[in-house]
Amino acid sequence: MNESVFSLHNVLFGVYPYVCLAVFGIGSWLRFDREQYGWKSDSSQLLSKGSMRWASNLFHVGVLAIFGGHFVGLLTPHFVFAAVMPDITHQYVAITAGSIFGALAFIGGTILWFRRFFNPRISLTSRWADKFILTWLMITLILGISTIPVSLGHAGHGDPRIVTALAEWIQSIMYLHPNPAYIEGVDTVFKIHLLFGMTVFLVFPFTRMVHIWSAPIGYLARSYQIVRTKRLKYMETDRYDQHKPIDM
Amino acid sequence: MKVRAQFAFIFNLDKCIGCHTCSVTCKNTWTNRKGVEYVWFNNVESKPGIGYPKNWENQEKWKGGWTLVNGKLELKSGGRLSKLINIFSNPDLPQIDDYYEPFTYNYARLQNAPLSEAAPTARPVSQITGESIEKIQWGPNWEDMMGGEWSERSVDKNMDGVGRDIYGQFEKTFHMYLPRICNHCLNPACVASCPSGSLYKREEDGIVLVDQDKCRGWRMCMSSCPYKKVYYNWESGKAEKCIACYPRVENGLATICSETCVGRIRYNGIILYDADRISELASVTNEQDLYEAQCSIFLDPNDPKVIAAAQAEGINKDWITAAQKSPVYKMAIDWKIAFPLHPEFRTLPMVWYVPPLSPVANAIDQGKLKTMPDGVIPMSGEMRLPVKYLANLMTAGKEAPIVLALNRMIAMRSYQRMKRVEGVVNTKALEACGMTEEMAQDMYRYLAIANYEDRFVIPTSHEEERLDDSHGHQGQNGFTFGNDSSTGISKITLFPRRRKESMEPREKAPMAADSPFTGDR
Repeated sequence: MNESVFSLHNVLFGVYPYVCLAVFGIGSWLRFDREQYGWKSDSSQLLSKGSMRWASNLFHVGVLAIFGGHFVGLLTPHFVFAAVMPDITHQYVAITAGSIFGALAFIGGTILWFRRFFNPRISLTSRWADKFILTWLMITLILGISTIPVSLGHAGHGDPRIVTALAEWIQSIMYLHPNPAYIEGVDTVFKIHLLFGMTVFLVFPFTRMVHIWSAPIGYLARSYQIVRTKRLKYMETDRYDQHKPIDM
Repeated sequence: MKVRAQFAFIFNLDKCIGCHTCSVTCKNTWTNRKGVEYVWFNNVESKPGIGYPKNWENQEKWKGGWTLVNGKLELKSGGRLSKLINIFSNPDLPQIDDYYEPFTYNYARLQNAPLSEAAPTARPVSQITGESIEKIQWGPNWEDMMGGEWSERSVDKNMDGVGRDIYGQFEKTFHMYLPRICNHCLNPACVASCPSGSLYKREEDGIVLVDQDKCRGWRMCMSSCPYKKVYYNWESGKAEKCIACYPRVENGLATICSETCVGRIRYNGIILYDADRISELASVTNEQDLYEAQCSIFLDPNDPKVIAAAQAEGINKDWITAAQKSPVYKMAIDWKIAFPLHPEFRTLPMVWYVPPLSPVANAIDQGKLKTMPDGVIPMSGEMRLPVKYLANLMTAGKEAPIVLALNRMIAMRSYQRMKRVEGVVNTKALEACGMTEEMAQDMYRYLAIANYEDRFVIPTSHEEERLDDSHGHQGQNGFTFGNDSSTGISKITLFPRRRKESMEPREKAPMAADSPFTGDR
């Protein structure tokens, strides 16, 4: 730890992550518990279909892949990675995947952003939070993309320290042993990206982002028809949410 | 056999005058809210025409309903995996303009405008953006009374194989009304396509509903419903649909559209059906066999075996009695004069239609009319409405059942006319289409007189089944200890609040400000 425990760096990268995670977790839970009616994807496709096919797909695929990449790349313990590939390879994989999916998300997101702000129907029916979150995600994305040249510079010198430093820091947060010192030396653009990224978690429960929690994976295993009964004697049995009137 | 009860409808198109009272009362009751200005749970279309939304019957375009894949039922728009792949952007979703951009008028302008030579006009205003609309290009009922050009109306899918060129001629013109609501299908495609499982069918009465708390707005139901009767509230982000007025129906009242129908064309009743056979009967290979297949899913409510099985399933005695008196069963099964709308969608719809009679094309007194051997019933080809068109609507193109139904309705009239006007009982026409005198009299009673008690045979729901101790709940309704009795919206919420009022013109009429009712808005 630093000499001053409450230095700005320590607060931002030692305390703020916990604030964000706490609000993210508790906020999501509270909203799901109290405000189910507002829990939705809030699609605007009905109002304007035009560019959605490309834009929405590119954006979502890009963002989901980037999220998965961050999740695996940063949270996997170092010894696991070390057994599979050297750190410098890890960095190149991250750069390559980040560039490809970052580009997809950027193209899709840009179209969506212009649609959100300049398509009269969409703009006029947007809530403040809709415009805010999309803009915030785009800034975070652009910051993330602008770390690529920096990473490439380091990788070009055979220096994989940044990716390991970031991973060590995030894992220290997750293990509840926050150690902001890990990332004291990383380039500023990474730090700003981190701050914007963490803030996404902070505002998550107050925006339409909550629909991510409801990704309907269970649909793949569900039978098509659903019948509900109010008859008390069946409520406890499988007939309440009866999923098997039709065998198909 | 697994007996279930279904709340079902018959619409007698022969008496529909296209007054839209059903649409208006429904609108006033359920969809006069923000986000659903464009939604008509009940609408009345003028046929031939492309309808609301545009070309909804064309499933090559919209991919609604079911299809057979290797003999098994599958959603036409693709199975579960395809739904998830397309979840970010549903390729089959209509845009609101396919329904219409909802609008109102700037009425205040009529009072506010400064003195001028020309009379002021109330210009249309979009209820989505609040901006002026230059020109209204489409509405929910644009084709009313054969409005618009034949070349555009005749795109109607039901005109396939009927002869679009022939019926464009003035002398050959024909017209009918088609009132539509949710069909509360036995094999609903909307329920099947909902990734979050928010749509469901109620076991007790078969009404299909959307769980508003569970809906996440993935909007697959909208495109999968072949009737396009599930809508998206763009304000709330939730799917909404006709709820068969369940708060009324549970209390034994007819739906608001049925209750207010001035032509008395609507019938509400219970039918019993075999839920074990849904899959089998919806997947009959030949589309033209689907109408008969759907008839065979209904169970005879007077059959002691059916009654015993129904009771074993927990269906109450008053419901079985209602099924025995059901106008729906009489028309669909006993008399075979009612048909499902587009059985080829394979959803087993539960709103059935009595096809409309139409004037004969040639005058009877000129002796040119070709009739059946009984001398009364005109040959089907003599009627103005092409039988093929009706068959495309109701039997996937199979004409024989439609002809029989039309003939029976004519025979009933002929029999009644002879009896009333000439005082003679002549059953020749009845015999020609397999009717007895008793049946003709019953049909007369239900179709022509259409008494309230005959049209609506609706047993009340059994709310006591919800409770284990009804007596213990006495005096406990109305107030609760939680937020659930309020609207659930506090003024300091951090979560996005919904806006509640529809877009209105910005200008306020001068008198509105003074009115005690609208003063403080």
